[in-house]
Amino acid sequence: MRGVKQHVTEIALILGMVTLFTALVLSLVGASPLDAFGHLIKGSLGSWSKFSRVLNVWIPLTLCSVGLLYAFRTGLWNIGVEGQVVIGAIGATAILRFGMEGGGQMHVWMALLLAMLFGVLWALFAGSLKVKAGVHEIFAGLGLNFVAMGLVLWVIFGPWKRPGIASMSGTQPFPRELWFPTLEGWRVSPFALGLALLVIVISAWLLYRSRVGLNLDAVGKNPRAVRLFGLSPSRYMLIAIMVSGALAGLAGGLQVSGVYHRLIPAISSGYGYLGLLVVMLANFRLAPVPFIALFFAALNVGSIQLPMMMQLDSSLAGVIQGACVLSALLVFGLRGLKKRRQSNE
Amino acid sequence: MSDFSLTILFASVLATAAPLIIAALGETITEKVGVINLSLDGSMLLAAMVGFMVSYESGSLVLGFGAAALVGAVIAIVVGLFGIYLGLLQVAVGFALTLMCKDLAYFLGNPYSRLQGPQMLSIKIPVLSDIPFLGPVLFQQPLIVYVALILIGAIWWYLFQTERGLELRAVGENPEAAYTRGIDPRRKQLLYTAIGGALIGLAGAAYSLGIKPGWGRPQGIEGLGWIALAIVIFGGWHPIKVALGAFLFAFLQVIGITLQGIWPSVPAQVFQVAPFPLMIFALVMVNLLQREGVQGWVKAHPMLQRFIKQLQGVPPRALGKSYHPD
Repeated sequence: MRGVKQHVTEIALILGMVTLFTALVLSLVGASPLDAFGHLIKGSLGSWSKFSRVLNVWIPLTLCSVGLLYAFRTGLWNIGVEGQVVIGAIGATAILRFGMEGGGQMHVWMALLLAMLFGVLWALFAGSLKVKAGVHEIFAGLGLNFVAMGLVLWVIFGPWKRPGIASMSGTQPFPRELWFPTLEGWRVSPFALGLALLVIVISAWLLYRSRVGLNLDAVGKNPRAVRLFGLSPSRYMLIAIMVSGALAGLAGGLQVSGVYHRLIPAISSGYGYLGLLVVMLANFRLAPVPFIALFFAALNVGSIQLPMMMQLDSSLAGVIQGACVLSALLVFGLRGLKKRRQSNE
Repeated sequence: MSDFSLTILFASVLATAAPLIIAALGETITEKVGVINLSLDGSMLLAAMVGFMVSYESGSLVLGFGAAALVGAVIAIVVGLFGIYLGLLQVAVGFALTLMCKDLAYFLGNPYSRLQGPQMLSIKIPVLSDIPFLGPVLFQQPLIVYVALILIGAIWWYLFQTERGLELRAVGENPEAAYTRGIDPRRKQLLYTAIGGALIGLAGAAYSLGIKPGWGRPQGIEGLGWIALAIVIFGGWHPIKVALGAFLFAFLQVIGITLQGIWPSVPAQVFQVAPFPLMIFALVMVNLLQREGVQGWVKAHPMLQRFIKQLQGVPPRALGKSYHPD
């Protein structure tokens, strides 16, 4: 009971700090905090169609976040997840372009598979730089993110440019036959939702109930001891980062085949970086991830209203998300400090 | 490009490198004392915005730079308090701050987009600027370039030639030992993290008030904070080598713009992102040199050995670890 009470107090404390901070930021630009909060809520939960858009953000964000959990287990910061989403999207587009004339569902599933494979290879690249060449994964990942960004711009303006005009609006849209399957009248594909839920369930088992999860955990906590048991830390690190890359690639593939139906420069929408914040706020545990991802997705969609309704920049969503993570870190840190003080007495 | 000139090339490398040098030196001090401030990319952007906003409103460049330095220092103090005193992962705090400061900059700076504000002009140093070639390269630059060049020497001198510099490095290498010698490691860490942060803030304003004047979305300096962080590793935590790393990156950027003119068929985007992976590639090379197999090969070639020794750097031993007095 005490545990639950502590959790509730902490969450209330975090939300209180975030609300205060956001209100302060809003009043700095002379905007009414109440109006802004109202638009955020109405813009994300106000109608079924708006909520469908939230779910469309939730799917890739959850996939990225769950993937990151695997990498974090082994102590790796897979900051390259952003680039892995982009590369996955490029992989999916490559297959879908083959199906432009008379293609079908076969192409869509092949596209998702290639997206995952591309994500895995891109992640393996960053992982090998870390394990073999000793480059910190944050810099390897960031370098590869820049390369992925360059690649997507190059294909859109170069080999895959729209007939006639190459522009930031992306490649030629795919015909309906090449869209990720959905149901009539649904703005978010229930199959994509199911896929994301399936990934959560499988990961719950893999991370917390299976031998693989146990080994990943051991690698992250004590790589030296793990060697005594005959396990190779670098092999588990590579496995973890590859799973991370596969899920990020899948997110990229779904963005192309299920949401935008073409390749655009901002195909990742920053969900890779945002996923890192989700996982930090979840304190690196799986259970809170889907809920935090839903909250963050709602903020992203709701903030689209701000430029139209209040002439404010939509980056307010990012300010709130960052404030959430920093407040949570503060609360976790104070809790740890208290514990250390008590054990010293 | 027919009007290609070495003078313009070197002058623009120097100007492009200046803010990067200041930011990387700020991070060098921070890491030398054992703290990682990963917030560079966001804090430089927020400082750039605040610097522009303050000097636009006040008409004073000095106030703008001061405000930017203050912003950088405050963000660094947050990293310090969370990391040093609460014992949180410094990397996590820094990363969250990076993303939040970036969005905060775009949110608060929205009304100041695409405005014409005050900016630093080049200062011609009399007599010296008349020297052929060297004059236009070295002595016709905005003030911030001179500041950057002076800082390289000043920080090297402080770190390696003064008592306080020795204490700073001692805390970064072995805080326990420093503590037994009567130094409070956590206070030193917070102090130098704040000073490093102030330099990072200055670097941000150097862009918005001089090198890339103005504010807008995108500002065009995204990613440079990460490069500054990579340059600190590339330079082996040594101020002079760190500055050389900044020159190398600036050279790659400037040469990219030049090459774009020569090969118009290659999309411009390729040249814009190319310096980033090249810098990471440089990091890989530096790391590979430290491998045992390579070391054996190097020993057989004494001429190479002297050169390669220069490229190697060792991180401060207590880097990123929070010190808890018991």
